[in-house]
Amino acid sequence: MNITNLFKIALRALANNKMRAFLTMLGIIIGVASVIAMLAIGQGSKISIQNQISDMGANMIMIHPGADRRGGVRQDPSAMQTLKLENFEAIRQHSKLVSAVSPNVTSSGQLIAGANNYPSQVTGVNGDYLHIRQLKVKEGIMFSENDIKTSAKVCVIGKTIVDNLFPDGSSPIGKVIRFNQVPFKVIGVLQPKGYNAMGFDQDAIVLAPYTTVMKRLLAQTYLNSIYASAVEEKYSPLAVEEISQILRREHNLQEWQEDDFTIRTQEEISSMLNTTTTLMTTLLACIAGISLIVGGIGIMNIMYVSVTERTKEIGLRMSVGARGVDILSQFLIEAILISITGGIIGVLFGCGISLLIKYVANWPVFIQLWSVLLSFAVCTVTGIFFGWYPAKKAANLDPIEAIRYE
Amino acid sequence: MRKVIELDNIRRDFQVGEEMVHALRGVSFSINEGEFVTIMGTSGSGKSTLLNTLGCLDTPTKGEYYLDGISVRTMSKSQRAVLRNRKIGFVFQNYNLLPKTTAVENVELPLMYNTSVSAKERRKRAIDALVAVGLGDRLEHKSNQMSGGQMQRVAIARALVNNPAVILADEATGNLDTRTSFEVLVLFQKLHSEGRTIIFVTHNPDIARYSSRNIRLRDGKVIEDTINTNIQSAAEVLKTLPKNDEE
Repeated sequence: MNITNLFKIALRALANNKMRAFLTMLGIIIGVASVIAMLAIGQGSKISIQNQISDMGANMIMIHPGADRRGGVRQDPSAMQTLKLENFEAIRQHSKLVSAVSPNVTSSGQLIAGANNYPSQVTGVNGDYLHIRQLKVKEGIMFSENDIKTSAKVCVIGKTIVDNLFPDGSSPIGKVIRFNQVPFKVIGVLQPKGYNAMGFDQDAIVLAPYTTVMKRLLAQTYLNSIYASAVEEKYSPLAVEEISQILRREHNLQEWQEDDFTIRTQEEISSMLNTTTTLMTTLLACIAGISLIVGGIGIMNIMYVSVTERTKEIGLRMSVGARGVDILSQFLIEAILISITGGIIGVLFGCGISLLIKYVANWPVFIQLWSVLLSFAVCTVTGIFFGWYPAKKAANLDPIEAIRYE
Repeated sequence: MRKVIELDNIRRDFQVGEEMVHALRGVSFSINEGEFVTIMGTSGSGKSTLLNTLGCLDTPTKGEYYLDGISVRTMSKSQRAVLRNRKIGFVFQNYNLLPKTTAVENVELPLMYNTSVSAKERRKRAIDALVAVGLGDRLEHKSNQMSGGQMQRVAIARALVNNPAVILADEATGNLDTRTSFEVLVLFQKLHSEGRTIIFVTHNPDIARYSSRNIRLRDGKVIEDTINTNIQSAAEVLKTLPKNDEE
């Protein structure tokens, strides 16, 4: 029995029962289409989160003071005063894998401009901060090294602040805003970035020279944190290692002492978010996968009934010389043809749904080739798997009984 | 004369519950090429079991069966399937055509399971077989568009298409009215005259008149094996029958 004849036989059998073949296919079509659509939605949200993270600065490294354990009492890390300006200078001078580094001090309070006010915090940084956080000045200028040296009372503000303090739409450049009694001159406005993946408004910021914030607002000598940027994303772990060594030396830590600072990279945050989206994608794909299995069971069901219904035909085929393996192959090929055809229609359907969601509902959707290939492979395997049992049943029929079956 | 079929003390036992049923209790005969043999017997005589054995659908419990010189008893299921495909043509009582399938495709069926026959040759042989049974003008008719007699002729064409060593007919006229039955018998006699070996299993004693040899079974044994020297012509009888309105 050659394979061409088997295909011909199976095709004829399917053509004789077009409606039944189509209904059987429907399960597979829905299964494959939903797998593809669900994976596309999952992948889409994953990619959009990744994009947001790289918007936030993919190479970003955050250094915070660590909890202290002296006296057996663990302290709140933010109350620690172990990060000093000298540490920042040391990192800037000695680290080779860091392309930008900025101190970070924050002060919370109320911003006032004329009759308007808005609760916010002023972040004390240096010029590198723009590069680290992937920020751009849209209007005006960023403060200079000189402003830092002189602790100038200047600031660069984000769109949310502009909207709230200058609701009339006038340009804030050159205007003075007051923060906790201290007047700041607005010298720049940042390009808006919107909300990040975690729901923070990235435009509700006020940047000022760190020296100004430290001396004029907080009167403190320590830093809340240090932000740095690795030369390249792949060097992040090495940069972390390097910074860690510099800080341990700066802090005179002995071998046996643990770090009194913590270093986190954007990578950790992105992997955390990825875990969430991967979980979601997996869940969606599982549900879709279940529908694929149900579709497969549909094939098995119909094929099983079909074997009983066609017992006589099977008997006839056997009496004219079909071997068990020929009958097995015929039914298996029928099942595979149903599932592959269903798979192809399902792939088209799934891609269609994904694109519909993308353009109509504006969800981030991304169809991946592997998901198409995977669901296609799965439905073929489903066809073989669920077609096997009925096919085996058909092949094992006794020709004598089958031919006389009524 | 070449022996097409040789049965040597064939026994076939079935276990039915506690009891052992002896369907065939030592059947021996041989059939030469070109014979038209009717096998008769009442129900329970063992003729169905004998037919299954002759058709290589079943294997005997004891005894030897040679089909065209090949020993069948020790063959596996799939070896017997191949043997059926090459050596036997079946004609059943209820035609057993594939539904919604054209006459040509039905006749092609046995050759579909023979890899040595190309698609082109397969179709040519199917058409030849249909022409031989007088259905040359109904090649593309589907099985549900034909009368009982036509369907049985398609079935006979299907039995001829692999050029078998023996044609096995199982009550081939059982479902047909008298006139159509004779039309089919005429066809079998024609095939016989062309040198085909035919075994016709039936419970209808009248058919023995048109065959060249008659074997009677009772209780799993051959009780009579006679050569018919006075073969009646089915065509002659057909002429005397009133014509059917439908055809």
